[in-house]
Amino acid sequence: MADNINSITKQLLELVAPFKENFKGAYSVRQDGACAQLKSTEHVQLIPKKDKPGLDIHILPNTLNETVYIPACVTKGDIDDLVYNDFYIGENAFVTIVAGCGVHTDDGHDVRHNGIHFFHLAKGAHVVYEENHVGTGEGSGDRSIDPVTEVEMEENAYLEMNTYQIGGVDKADRKTKIKAGKGARLVINERILTNNEQEAKSVIYVELNGEGSKADIVSHSIAKDKSFQLYDSTIVGNAPCKGHTECDSIIDGDAVIDAIPRLYAKHRDAELIHEAAIGKIAGEQLLKLRTLGLTEEEAEAQIIEGFLA
Amino acid sequence: MLTLENIRWTTPDGSEILKSIDLNIESGKLVVITGPNGGGKTTLARIIAGIEMPSEGKITLNGEDITDLDVTERARKGISFAFQQPVRFKGITVKKLLEIASNEQLGHDKLCKILSSVGLCAQDYLHREIDATLSGGEIKRIEIASVLARDSEISVFDEPEAGIDLWSFKNLIEVFQNIHKEHKGTLIIISHQERILRIADEIVLVSDGQVKDHGDAETMLQKLLRGHEVVPACHRQEELLNG
Repeated sequence: MADNINSITKQLLELVAPFKENFKGAYSVRQDGACAQLKSTEHVQLIPKKDKPGLDIHILPNTLNETVYIPACVTKGDIDDLVYNDFYIGENAFVTIVAGCGVHTDDGHDVRHNGIHFFHLAKGAHVVYEENHVGTGEGSGDRSIDPVTEVEMEENAYLEMNTYQIGGVDKADRKTKIKAGKGARLVINERILTNNEQEAKSVIYVELNGEGSKADIVSHSIAKDKSFQLYDSTIVGNAPCKGHTECDSIIDGDAVIDAIPRLYAKHRDAELIHEAAIGKIAGEQLLKLRTLGLTEEEAEAQIIEGFLA
Repeated sequence: MLTLENIRWTTPDGSEILKSIDLNIESGKLVVITGPNGGGKTTLARIIAGIEMPSEGKITLNGEDITDLDVTERARKGISFAFQQPVRFKGITVKKLLEIASNEQLGHDKLCKILSSVGLCAQDYLHREIDATLSGGEIKRIEIASVLARDSEISVFDEPEAGIDLWSFKNLIEVFQNIHKEHKGTLIIISHQERILRIADEIVLVSDGQVKDHGDAETMLQKLLRGHEVVPACHRQEELLNG
């Protein structure tokens, strides 16, 4: 499989996905705006779109414990990659989707990946969605990743989204919009690290439309140097439902963080909670780890690693 | 042997908290430093651990001058410190903290042994985060466990009984007795609880920033209980514990 992908893509894949020479199961590797590798399985069909770049991904009902890999890599400057991937997850399917993205530039040109993903989860579908974003390279051009994710969840569907921006991305503009039906459960774990003059925006809009639907959204972020972060999360309760949105941030240097956890109840039995906290690394935490033999720098690294885990 | 000579500590606004402390603590002893609130006990403990640096004086460990070593360097020399109010960490698990403390990857048996020694079941706690979901008693035990994991030459515990319920306190006494029995290092406990004083080898009375008295536990307890004004709270605790 590795023949069609270049050495930078291999390095990026190792950072954003569990890549060791190849993937097992169904996969699509996108490289520099084109599909470099594509493989379907009996239960997971990856079909290239005819009218625009991207894939229609059909996961058959009752598919059990399969993993689908759809990483995208941009390995040089002056590429603005746009891709549309639509996922149709059948009833009672249990799958993991790994959708990492890496952008790399060694010159002065900007590089960008814009992945527009639509998910339809049928009744009882259970999806774990992993998305790691990373930027690499010595070039002065901006590395941008702007994911747009829209999700429709039918009755008793479950979606766990784990998104990590693990470094090197100069600009990120993430938009996530989810509609949850009766008994559907949504879990979002977002982790973001920014430094230098990077910008990361995450706007999440969740509608809990069905009776018994639940959402638990937790964002942990660290903003250093002169970086900027926006966390704008809204949970709308349109039915008897439970929602929780939390933003917990560590701020350092001259960074700026704008955290807006918003609740919008439109039903008397909607139970919604929000939390937001921004602060520097507590001196007591550093001191405790120093009494265990760590230097201040080592202690800070451990605290950050734990916070973003 | 830990030796403190003429230790003084003055706050930035000029208040003299410690006034010429001289103290020798022999290796392997369980020493309780007691005295009234505001007398300088915690400051003394923090100076031993390098969390505060003395304004004057000299500290030696087995003859080596460690006065100018900071908290990290003191820890690496074998001095550990358990905080009166343990800090919480989002994302750091009990297992991770114990591995940081011991500076090595720990197997399940070793982790289980450390947590068992403070009365916790490893299966229930290893993968829990040290966050607000832990009770005051639980986090206090984990704080003590983090010190035990270092297997230090000197372990300092600052008011370990503070903030825990009566039943956890009863267990805490057993924890320290077991540590003293099995651990070869020196234990220094800051406390004004009589039940902790009773398990000491030696008691040091610190008041008004000075060592007022220092001796074997039996002799010191007799003096302290006769004086009565030093440890009034412990009698109420004893009555409650004994029904």
